[in-house]
Amino acid sequence: MTTLLYTDVEEELRAAVRALLADACPHRAVLARIESATPYDGDLWKALARDIGAAGLLVPEELGGAGASAREAAVVLEELGRAVAPVPFLTSAVVATRALLAARTAGPGEAAGELLERLASGEVTAALAVSLAASPYRPVRGEVAYEAAGAAGEAVVSGRVTGVAGAESADVLLVPASAPGGEESALIAVETRERGVEVTPVTSLDLTRPVAMVSLGSVRGRIVARSEGPDGVRSIVRDALAFGAGLLASEQLGLAELCLTSTLEYVKERRQFARPVGSFQAIKHRLADLWLEIGGARAAARNAAGALAGRGPGTDRAVAVAVAQAHCGEVAVHAAEECVQLHGGIGMTWEHPAHLYLKRAKADQIAFGTPGEHRNALADLVDVPAPV
Amino acid sequence: MTAGVTWSEAAVRERARAFLAANDLSAMDRLDFLRARFDAGLAWVHFPEGLGGLGAPRDLQAAVEHELRGTPDNRPGRIGIGLGMAAPTILGFGTEEQKRRFLRPLWTGEEVWCQLFSEPGAGSDLATLATRAVRDGGEWVVDGQKVWTSVAHTARWAILVARTDPDVPKHRGLTYFVCDMTAPGVEVRPLRQITGEAEFNEVFLTGVRLPDSLRLGAVGDGWRVAQTTLMNERVAIGGASDRRTMIGTVCETWRTRPELRTHDLHQRLLRLWVEAEVLRLTGARLREQLAVGRPGPEGSGMKLSFARLHQELSGLEVELLAEDGLAYDDWTFRRPETVDFVGREAGYRYLRAKGNSIEGGTSEILRNVIAERVLGLPAEPRADKDIPWKDLPR
Repeated sequence: MTTLLYTDVEEELRAAVRALLADACPHRAVLARIESATPYDGDLWKALARDIGAAGLLVPEELGGAGASAREAAVVLEELGRAVAPVPFLTSAVVATRALLAARTAGPGEAAGELLERLASGEVTAALAVSLAASPYRPVRGEVAYEAAGAAGEAVVSGRVTGVAGAESADVLLVPASAPGGEESALIAVETRERGVEVTPVTSLDLTRPVAMVSLGSVRGRIVARSEGPDGVRSIVRDALAFGAGLLASEQLGLAELCLTSTLEYVKERRQFARPVGSFQAIKHRLADLWLEIGGARAAARNAAGALAGRGPGTDRAVAVAVAQAHCGEVAVHAAEECVQLHGGIGMTWEHPAHLYLKRAKADQIAFGTPGEHRNALADLVDVPAPV
Repeated sequence: MTAGVTWSEAAVRERARAFLAANDLSAMDRLDFLRARFDAGLAWVHFPEGLGGLGAPRDLQAAVEHELRGTPDNRPGRIGIGLGMAAPTILGFGTEEQKRRFLRPLWTGEEVWCQLFSEPGAGSDLATLATRAVRDGGEWVVDGQKVWTSVAHTARWAILVARTDPDVPKHRGLTYFVCDMTAPGVEVRPLRQITGEAEFNEVFLTGVRLPDSLRLGAVGDGWRVAQTTLMNERVAIGGASDRRTMIGTVCETWRTRPELRTHDLHQRLLRLWVEAEVLRLTGARLREQLAVGRPGPEGSGMKLSFARLHQELSGLEVELLAEDGLAYDDWTFRRPETVDFVGREAGYRYLRAKGNSIEGGTSEILRNVIAERVLGLPAEPRADKDIPWKDLPR
C-alpha cells in the first residue's frame, strides 16, 4: 500500500540531511554566496554526495547509486527547500538522472549507464538543457540541431537554450536536439568544458537557483538516446519534467513549513501595543489558514512522491503530479509572502533571509509548469472539459 | 477473545461472517437484527466488549461494514448526533450503568439524541451559558432556553450543559447532564431556517426535573466533558460526507450540460477540483495517522476546510446552472428527520452549506483553536477568565 506517512528510514534520511544542512548551510552562508561568482555551493554538494549519497540516490545500485525511490528523494528535497540550499540536487540528481534512467531503458543505453555511474560517484554533475519554465505539457522550447559525426554514437550540436537551471555548476549538459529535417531526434550529452559551449548566467530572480543561457556552437557530444521523429526523445524529456514537477512539490512543502515556523517564532516574540503581535486575531487567523494549506501540501506532495515511486497507471501519476504542483506551487508562494508581511519592515531587508524564500518560491511556481498549466492539464486528465 | 487481545482484520471479518451465519435475516425484523449486531460487538468495533464493540482498532470497522453490506443499517442520518457526539461522551464519562442503559438503543436508532448546548446568549462563547440546574434532594431542577437544536422534535434524550454554580468563573460552574426530552417542562418549537425547513429548534426548559443519575461526570466538570463532545462534533462534521461526491455532483452537471460552460467557471471549477482532491488526500493521511496510533493535529482543520470547499462548490453550482439557478425546489416549512448537507437541489445545498462554517464551532473560533492549541500562539487578553460568572458584564 502506498502510504502518505513517512517511513522510519525516510525519517532517518531527513535527520541526516537536516543535520548536515544546519552545519554547512546556515542562512548567513547562503546570503553571502548569492551575489558571488559561484552561486552553487560546490563544497556543500560534495558533502551531500559523500555523506548522504544524495548525488546517486536515484541511481540503481548496480551503477553505484543508492537505488532509492522518488519517496526518499522527496524527503531530501523537503530539507533542501527548508534551507533554500544552493545545490544542484533537483536539476542533476533528480531531473537529469531521471532522463538518463529513461534513456538507458530505451536502449542501447551504454552511454547513459556510464554517465549515471559518474553522477552517482559525485564526480560529475549534470543538467537537462531545457528551460526551467518548460513543463510536461510543453516540454521543449529552444531549438537545437545535431548531426551525426565521427565515431558511432557521436554528434555535433548547435543551438541555444534559455532559462536552464543548474547549468553553471554542470559538467555535463543533456541536450534534446533534432536532426536536420526533423526525421530523428536525440538526447545528447555534452561536456561543458568542450570548445563551443557557452554558459551565460542570467541575473536571476532566484539567486539560490539561478538560470543561464546555454549556447552551443558545433560542439561534440555523445548520443545517449535516439528516436525516429521528435516523439521518442520528447517523451523522455516530458517524463523527466513530470518527475521534477512532482518532486518539486516536496521542496515547496519544506520551504513553506520553514516560512511558517520562522514567522510563528517572530510573532510570538515581537511585541506591539504591549502584547505579542501573534496574539492578535488578524494575525492568528492568517497563520491558521496557512497551516491548513501546508497540511494539504504535505498530503499532496507525499501522494505525488508515492505515485512517482510506484508502478501505478500513468494517468494516476499524472493526476498526482498536477494536483501536487497546482496546490504546492501556490502554498509555497503564499507562505513566503506571509513570512515577509508578518515580519514587517525586517522582512523587506536584504540581511533577513525571508527574501531568499520568496524568490525561490516565486521561481518554483514557474518551474516545470505554473499552477495554471497543471490545472489546465487536469481538465483532460479528470474530464472537466473546457467550454466548446 | 478477551481484553488485551489484538484484533486483526481477518479475525474481525471472521467474526462478522460467523454473526451472519448465526442469524437468519429473513426470520428477523430490522430492530432485532440491529440489537443482535450490537450484542455481537459489531456495532462499533473500537468500543469495549459488552458495549457494542470488540476493543479493536477503529479502522477495522470498514471490514465489518464490508462483510455486512446489504443488511439493515441503523439509518445513521437520523441519529448522527447520538452516534457522533453523545456516544463518545457517554463512553468517556458515563457510569457503567449509564453506558449499559444508553448506548444500545442509541446505536440501534430506537432512541434519537439531540444536543442542548447553545443558547441565545451563548454561541461561540458557549461557557457563558445561563441555563440553570439547581439541586433539589436527589434531583436537579433545570430552567433556561436552548437554541439551534437539530432533531429535538424527534429526540428521546439530549446531552445538556447547565450552570450549577454561578459564583465561580464561567468555565468552572458547569455540569453535564442527560436530559429526558419527554419530561414535563420540556417544550420544543421549530425554528425555520434559510432553506425554508426547520431542521433545528428552540428548546424551552421550565422546571424540568432530572434525577441525579442522569448527571454525566462530576458536578462542576461540565466544561471538560463538553470538550469531548465538541471535539467529536467537529470530527463528525469535518468527515461528514464524501467530498468527492460534492465535487462529483458539480462535475456531472458540467459534463452533461456543455451549454452552461464558461471560461471563468472552468478555471474556478478546476481550482475547486484540486482543493477537493487535496482535502481528500489530507483526510486519507489523517486516517493513516490514526490507524498507526499517531493522530495528527490536522483533524481540527478538516471541518474548516470542508466548510469552505462546500460553500464555494455549492455557490459555483448555482451560478453554473444560470437560469435554472433562479429556481428553488421547495420552500415548504417542513421538519426533516435527518441532517442532510448534500441532498436536494443546488439551491438547497448552497443555503445549507452556509451553516457549515457556523455549526459546531464557527470557522473563526476554529482558527483561534488552531492558532492557540496547534501553533502555540498567545491568547487574546481576556476580561472574563477570573471573574465569577454572575459578575460578568452583560
